[in-house]
Amino acid sequence: MSTVLKTENIDKFFYSPVEFQVLKKIQLEAKKGEFLTMVGKSGCGKSTLLYILSTMDTDYKGNLYLDNQLVTGLSTDELAKLRNEKIGFVFQFHYLLPEFTCLQNVMIPALKLGKYSEKEIEEKAYQKLEILGVKDQALKLSSKLSGGQQQRVAIARALINDPLIIMGDEPTGNLDSKNTNMVFDIFQNLTQNFGQTIIAVTHDEEFSRKSDRIIEMIDGQIH
Amino acid sequence: MNINTKIAQTYVVSNKKLTAVAVLGVLLGMSVYIFMNCMLVGFDKSSNSSIFKSTAHIRIYKDDEICEVIPKETDETFLIVNPKTVPNKNTILNPKMICELIQKEKGVKIVTPQVSSSVFYNNGKSQIAGLAVGIKPDEANNMFDIKSFIVEGNFNNLKLTQNGIIIGSGIASKMNLSINDNINLTSTKSTNKTFKVIGIFKTNNNAIDKSKAYINIRSAQELLQENDNFISDINVSVLKPDDAEKISKKLTIITGYKAESWSKANESLMAAFKMRKIVITFVSFTILLVAGFGIYNILNMTISQKINDIAILKAIGFKGKDVVQIFVTQAITIGCIGVVGGIIAAIILITILKNVYIGGDLGYFPIDYEFLEFLQGIAIGFVITFLAGYIPAKKAANIDPVSIFRK
Repeated sequence: MSTVLKTENIDKFFYSPVEFQVLKKIQLEAKKGEFLTMVGKSGCGKSTLLYILSTMDTDYKGNLYLDNQLVTGLSTDELAKLRNEKIGFVFQFHYLLPEFTCLQNVMIPALKLGKYSEKEIEEKAYQKLEILGVKDQALKLSSKLSGGQQQRVAIARALINDPLIIMGDEPTGNLDSKNTNMVFDIFQNLTQNFGQTIIAVTHDEEFSRKSDRIIEMIDGQIH
Repeated sequence: MNINTKIAQTYVVSNKKLTAVAVLGVLLGMSVYIFMNCMLVGFDKSSNSSIFKSTAHIRIYKDDEICEVIPKETDETFLIVNPKTVPNKNTILNPKMICELIQKEKGVKIVTPQVSSSVFYNNGKSQIAGLAVGIKPDEANNMFDIKSFIVEGNFNNLKLTQNGIIIGSGIASKMNLSINDNINLTSTKSTNKTFKVIGIFKTNNNAIDKSKAYINIRSAQELLQENDNFISDINVSVLKPDDAEKISKKLTIITGYKAESWSKANESLMAAFKMRKIVITFVSFTILLVAGFGIYNILNMTISQKINDIAILKAIGFKGKDVVQIFVTQAITIGCIGVVGGIIAAIILITILKNVYIGGDLGYFPIDYEFLEFLQGIAIGFVITFLAGYIPAKKAANIDPVSIFRK
């Protein structure tokens, strides 16, 4: 199995209010089709690590490789392009654009990528919404949906460009157990059948227990 | 359609109230800006046209000369120690040749000689001081359009009647004169000459109407006891009045006489125009600027409302310049609607005011649809809306998505 994500000695400091080392020499590797969960107490640095892995946070020491390419030191524009193509995001608070319909929300990253025509993208978006069981909500404004439905639309949006890696920051943190199970099943399906890698930060023990690999973090180090 | 444009449009449409307020701001700013500048042009045009009723674009005359101090061989004493004006005749020598010389100059339209003389108008016991201007009727009419302010009589008769005179309406009413009456003129050389009134003009400028009269150039020369080579001024009209100053400098060098442009001759009036221009430009620009602040405020508000959206857009691969594009497009869209509305409002305002009767020598309110002012307003309007959009958009582009997600 090939490696899709690798870190070398990542250190991260916070400077305010006092200097504090959040991450210490993080060595991490994620394989294609792997379902990883990161667990740990609040403040152990797992979210911080996730934002570094996602390329949004560039203020760290060490090296980050994505798809065997060194991404440390790339410009913010290059990183944006990379994220658009290779990374999908699912957040705890679904963060859909409230003025757009679900369909439009799902289509936006693909329209940005500009690889396919609008018609093809629309078809693909319907497909993804169908996989997640919210196809019937496609033309509603995203703000009119329930939390569980919104989260599923957000996952559909993360999938639209068929990214290598899907990252989740507490993707089920806001959901009841029924929806949590549904999201887990979707994730498992994606890793097993589509070969996509998932890295999720979670507090949910049951959720992490069922994943392929658990990375436990204590005080900025992987245990 | 580009995805950035699409997002911008959605923001414009989904926030109708904010958009409407911003549009209204631009609309008002634009319409007032265009309106005030058109008014300014109208004012300038009407004051210029009233100046040009009696002032030529360029007047060439012999200026008084002061003789030079002549020192003796030694440094101690002087032959002339208290220089005075040289007692020359204020005539232009060889006027015909000079007129031809001027006519050849680029930008010159009409050249006509003139003899002006200070006179007393006498009728019975009443006496009025004034200025009699000796003209060549056809050429002078081409230059000043004298026919347009003749109220009684026929200007063409001046050519046919050697001792004809066209007097201002103020003189006519004061001396109780009408067409075909006689009037006696006394010049500074104490020459008396009787003229026959063949016309009365009215410029609506009281000072001129009460003192000025037009006579044939030959009669004026006779009044001054001069031969027919005596010319006191040469009037020149140019194609573009704004070039008069430039051309007058050239004519001074070519002819060797003093050439004075209309703007120099009416310096205090020009200063007042300039002040008017500064005030109106400043006020109208400020109004447009305030409209710009309106857009700036509203975009700032939109951006702080949409800070989550911006973070998510950046997370899913939108670059900083995409974010700038989204919000600048929003600003420009608002600007476009506002500009179009502003143009329509300005046209309505001007149309209304154009039909307001003021009276005096103005007649209707002096305003017109000035294409250039519209163009200028549109250009400045777009620049301001662009800046008002760009500055907050730039700020939005620099938002760090991580700091938003962490909250």
